[in-house]
Amino acid sequence: MFELVNVEKRYMGVHVLKGVDFRIDDGEIVGLVGENGAGKSTLMKVIYGAVQHDAGTLLVDGAPVSFRSPRDAMKRGVGMVYQEQSLIPNLTVMENIFLGFEKPFVRFGAINWKKMAEAARRQLAKVRLDIDPGTITARLTFAQRQLVELAKVLALEERVEGKLVILLDEPTSVLSRDEIELLFSVVRALRHRASFIFVSHRLDEIVALSDRIYVLKDGVVVDVMEAKGADISAIQKKMVGRDINGEYYREDRQAPYDPDRVLLELDHVEIAGQGNDISLTLHAGEVLALVGVEGSGREPILRTIFGMLRPDRGTLRIRGEPVHAFSPAHSVAHGVGYVPRERKVEGIASGMNVFENMTLPQMRNYSHAGVLDIRAERDLAREWIGKLSIKVPSEYADCGNLSGGNQQKVVLAKWRSSGSEIILLDHPTRGLDIGAKEDVYAMIRDMSAHGVGIILVADTLEEAIGLSHTIAVIKDGEIKKWFSCQPKAKPSLYDLIQYMV
Amino acid sequence: MNRFLATDALRKWVPLLVLVGLCLFFTALNPNFLSLRNFARIAISSSPALMVAIGVTFVILMGSIDLSMEGTVAVCAVVFALILNALGGTIAGRGWVALPAALLVGAALGAINGIVHVKLRIPSFMASLSLGFVGIGLSLLITGGDRILIDDPPFRSLLTVRVEGFPLMAYAALACLLVAWFIQDHTTVGRNFYAVGGGEDLARASGLNVGRLRIIGFVLAGVFYALGAIFAVARLGIAETETGRNFMFMSITSVVVGGTALRGGEGGVWNTLVGVLIVNVIGNGMVVIGLADYFQDGVLGLLVIAAVYLSTDRRSLSFVK
Repeated sequence: MFELVNVEKRYMGVHVLKGVDFRIDDGEIVGLVGENGAGKSTLMKVIYGAVQHDAGTLLVDGAPVSFRSPRDAMKRGVGMVYQEQSLIPNLTVMENIFLGFEKPFVRFGAINWKKMAEAARRQLAKVRLDIDPGTITARLTFAQRQLVELAKVLALEERVEGKLVILLDEPTSVLSRDEIELLFSVVRALRHRASFIFVSHRLDEIVALSDRIYVLKDGVVVDVMEAKGADISAIQKKMVGRDINGEYYREDRQAPYDPDRVLLELDHVEIAGQGNDISLTLHAGEVLALVGVEGSGREPILRTIFGMLRPDRGTLRIRGEPVHAFSPAHSVAHGVGYVPRERKVEGIASGMNVFENMTLPQMRNYSHAGVLDIRAERDLAREWIGKLSIKVPSEYADCGNLSGGNQQKVVLAKWRSSGSEIILLDHPTRGLDIGAKEDVYAMIRDMSAHGVGIILVADTLEEAIGLSHTIAVIKDGEIKKWFSCQPKAKPSLYDLIQYMV
Repeated sequence: MNRFLATDALRKWVPLLVLVGLCLFFTALNPNFLSLRNFARIAISSSPALMVAIGVTFVILMGSIDLSMEGTVAVCAVVFALILNALGGTIAGRGWVALPAALLVGAALGAINGIVHVKLRIPSFMASLSLGFVGIGLSLLITGGDRILIDDPPFRSLLTVRVEGFPLMAYAALACLLVAWFIQDHTTVGRNFYAVGGGEDLARASGLNVGRLRIIGFVLAGVFYALGAIFAVARLGIAETETGRNFMFMSITSVVVGGTALRGGEGGVWNTLVGVLIVNVIGNGMVVIGLADYFQDGVLGLLVIAAVYLSTDRRSLSFVK
């Protein structure tokens, strides 16, 4: 049994954990949910020893322990399966599994690879993964890597006394449906060996896998409930502290688009190397959702429209003008904006402040002969901070330090303020908490109302249905089916799924 | 890193604190260190180094590296001297053409560097290192290994005429620093250096022409190397291949010691000023306290490691490669 009693943590004056009590019995699977910023990741870090709590007690089987590092925690059987995968890609699977614990295999300074491979195979068998332990990790799929990661943590079993506690941080975020099922069945089968703490944004998965659920809000455990029969909307309500109603996607604000103003047209376009044939039309004020399974070819369409890929055939017209020069610089100059899935990589420049981020694609409007008008930039930033209620101390705040929701607002403001009329949204609400998602939905409605055309690759099907005027179902790179999505006459999940798979 | 340096606000000032600390240290060992005459000496040795270091600062801000400064400085110096001597030998006359000519040569060498790096997709480390050697070879070819003497009082006034105890060269360098600062903070090019250094994918996704920007960065660096070459020639009155010597270690070290991150996107020309002063104060201080010649290089190396240790934020470096 692993227990936290009245644990407190402050970071530079911010009270992150306010007296958290947390208990996990042997063989139990405990779900942990909460909005971004509720203190989930800090709580996890305290449990696996990455940060030290300020007050309170950690108990393993009733005896107080203190973890000064993740290695300390591992010695007591607490292991972490990281969300950002922590395997070293250029090493073999077995080297990764025993990284830092090679000692049993070393004789006279040399590693007995045969012995290590043997031991690694035993670990892999626990997670039902049948691969050669000598495989280079980079060659594995994400799902396989996740299982190797789990096997690595399970290898602790032979080194520690007592039961293991394994933390799973958003383990399903990069997995497909089947892979998630596989992971869950492995986790369930391992219950006699270990107990699990399962963190996810996907509440349906939490309910399906866990025995009990802890709901964290503002650093306090607001509820502990049995997962059996738990109601997802009730959990959501506990997480946010208020009702999430049917107006979540602001369907009441969905206005018809302007069928006479065509912003973008793809005329029998063949996306690079896909051998497909895509035709679509985007009108002013329209939200067009591209729906499909992971890898169905939605992203390449967005990247082609943004000029990052050159199509093999066909014509792409922006406001009736055929595009010949395919480059992001050209697209931006013609009013196309792109909100990428990887916000940290392509969306936000950390280290640059709010106004610098906002004017990045439109510096021409804020400079004369290459000399910047910083006052005008700051005015712009202040205006949008107000309009979108972005929570920042000032326009000089480093965007790298903002929460995901506020970063996304900065990215959207960047394209809106530069006058982009065609906005490509790739998973715009990924990793955002419910409150921030609602803000993003409201902004999408605002943009529609101003005549902006939006192509959306949504995080969930519900989101795509709720937000869009038109849905294109994509499978194997081709558009299989079109749906019109008028309020009160929206297609159901089932309608879409049958064309997706 | 210890607790006392933990806050980011304080860390920003560490290079300056190191500089002040070094000055106090050398003054304690020899009070003569703290004199106008000695500070003027430091200013003279710092001026050419500052120009070269500013040049490479722009490149490092973009997350690239430029190691061609020794070759570029050598070529610019000899071209400058040859043109000056060929056109009457004084910048008061037609010889002034040598000044813009040297800057143009610097820009051209920078452009070649940038184009090789961007168009042939050769890592900037390798491209600039190789082109630096080409530059050294080129300057040897031009001079045949000879020294070119410059004996032009108006030009040498950069060194000989003093205002408030400091030579004109120091003021000229300061003016160039202000220009560099303006480019960095108040032009689109400067802002874009930070964007590319902070995240190249992001810069591209924001519609910036990253390749062109990189070439501009190298051109700008070349122009500042040429300025460095002009100051170096003014200081010694000689232009030769050796004029470029030592600038690589000095300038890169100064940039890093000043707190500009080698991965790009952080720091700037003011950091570089402090870094150049730190390196030159160390060099000068060792002479002032009378350290034997053969010690100085080794001690400089060690002090630089100490200064880098104190002034860079290793928490944000997940790996040190």
